[in-house]
Amino acid sequence: MPTASTETLPLWRPSAPLAALRARGTLLARVRAFFAEAGVLEVDTPILSRAGVSDPALTSLRARTGDGRLLYLHTSPEFPMKRLLAAGSGPIYQICKVFRDDERGRLHHPEFSMLEWYRPGWDEGRLMDEVAALVRLVLERPELPVERLSYRDLFRQRLDLDPWTASLDALRARALEAGIGGAESLELERDAWLDLLLSHCLEPQLGRGRLTFIHEYPPSQAALARVRPGDPPVAERFELYLEGVELANGFCELIDAEEQRARFLADLAIRESRGQHCPPLDERLLAALEAGLPECAGVALGLDRLLMQATGARHIDEVLAFPVERA
Amino acid sequence: MAFYSTNEFKGGLKIMLDGDPYAIVENEFVKPGKGQAFNRVRVRNLKTGRVVEKTFKSGDTVEAADVHDTEMQYLYNDGEEWHFMDPASFEQMTAGAAAVGEAAKWIKEQDMCKVTLWNGAPLSVEPPNFVVLEITETDPGVRGDTSGGGGKPATLETGAVVRVPLFVQTGELVKVDTRTGEYVSRAKD
Repeated sequence: MPTASTETLPLWRPSAPLAALRARGTLLARVRAFFAEAGVLEVDTPILSRAGVSDPALTSLRARTGDGRLLYLHTSPEFPMKRLLAAGSGPIYQICKVFRDDERGRLHHPEFSMLEWYRPGWDEGRLMDEVAALVRLVLERPELPVERLSYRDLFRQRLDLDPWTASLDALRARALEAGIGGAESLELERDAWLDLLLSHCLEPQLGRGRLTFIHEYPPSQAALARVRPGDPPVAERFELYLEGVELANGFCELIDAEEQRARFLADLAIRESRGQHCPPLDERLLAALEAGLPECAGVALGLDRLLMQATGARHIDEVLAFPVERA
Repeated sequence: MAFYSTNEFKGGLKIMLDGDPYAIVENEFVKPGKGQAFNRVRVRNLKTGRVVEKTFKSGDTVEAADVHDTEMQYLYNDGEEWHFMDPASFEQMTAGAAAVGEAAKWIKEQDMCKVTLWNGAPLSVEPPNFVVLEITETDPGVRGDTSGGGGKPATLETGAVVRVPLFVQTGELVKVDTRTGEYVSRAKD
């Protein structure tokens, strides 16, 4: 889906203006300088893996080698980076291309640039502070205000419903009240209703003129985050928004191998029930967790979207040299 | 029956919703990094022209609408319906007032029109972008004023009323842009 401004360009030309390409170079140099200063090691892990992501919300691209092996292009470098942490790497970061099939739009491209880093011994609060410091530095906006809001308070304050207890009927009624066309006929599970309300009604207002961290997610949306027991229990996960755009997702990482295996198997059961492809489990990650992953916090940040903020781009194609339609 | 998946959605695609044919105007892919993806689309009802917003769960399928455009020649109006002919096959078709809509103001016999067919029957008619029509009635206007400012209403042979410059007179031919309904120039026969 090319943008109106780029679709008239000859197909050999980049869709991003040269100024955006230069801004990307500057952004990458600043990120690397930030981590050099902080004493975080840059690492490089494989893009191709024998194991694929089990998250039902993601679809891996697949490649077949000449000798017939099926390999998966990573959707994030999380699993091999955790293996490095378990091997005693200390704090590490990586800048790499990641791949997600069936994702294309103004803010999505099937291959995109990810910055991912891990801090052994840190909790999510300390990592949120570091994410804010990095973004302020890269955007050269040291005064950019920062706010934190829990997922529960966000829904309570702005939609007047409790995401932990609201019934499916109440969620649908709220979506209809908000004027979401077609909500009457959507068949969604509980978390998908929350995603619908979040993406249609809440996200556009998040991070206006500030860095907004949403944290303390419902345990059902923990993904690879630790769940903190309590009343109610919350997932130690956060998301960063700036100008209505999701920029980063972070966790206080789950380090319990048994719990991790159980979540992978639950994911695969969902994939199977939906007729999605079920990749093999990453037994090497699970073995690393059994050997001992240090307590740590980690975060993944979309560099193309950060670059869009730096350049004022409206569409991701304005910061990509060659989007998939021109690749 | 053909179906489209949401990942085939793009502007111009014709789909069926609640029994009516629609065209996708705009398709926005919305997805939290960890969570359900949606396609939020703006669609135009091809019968009424009304544009509405609708959200689909990504991966869902929607029935395709059997809608396509064809070039046809307008033959005549029998008082109730408009008759068109396919210039290649000579097949004739009739369209009612609902399908012809605004095009009725502009078309005259022999004009080539874009007729949109739904399940083989005319759904809408688009006149040529430019038509040349005779002025049947307009005030004589102020002699000598050629500045073009202001203008005056003129009734055309098809009944349409457009604003024309003061120097244009009854009986003259004028070229009109049917997309804006505006006078373009005088035309010679």
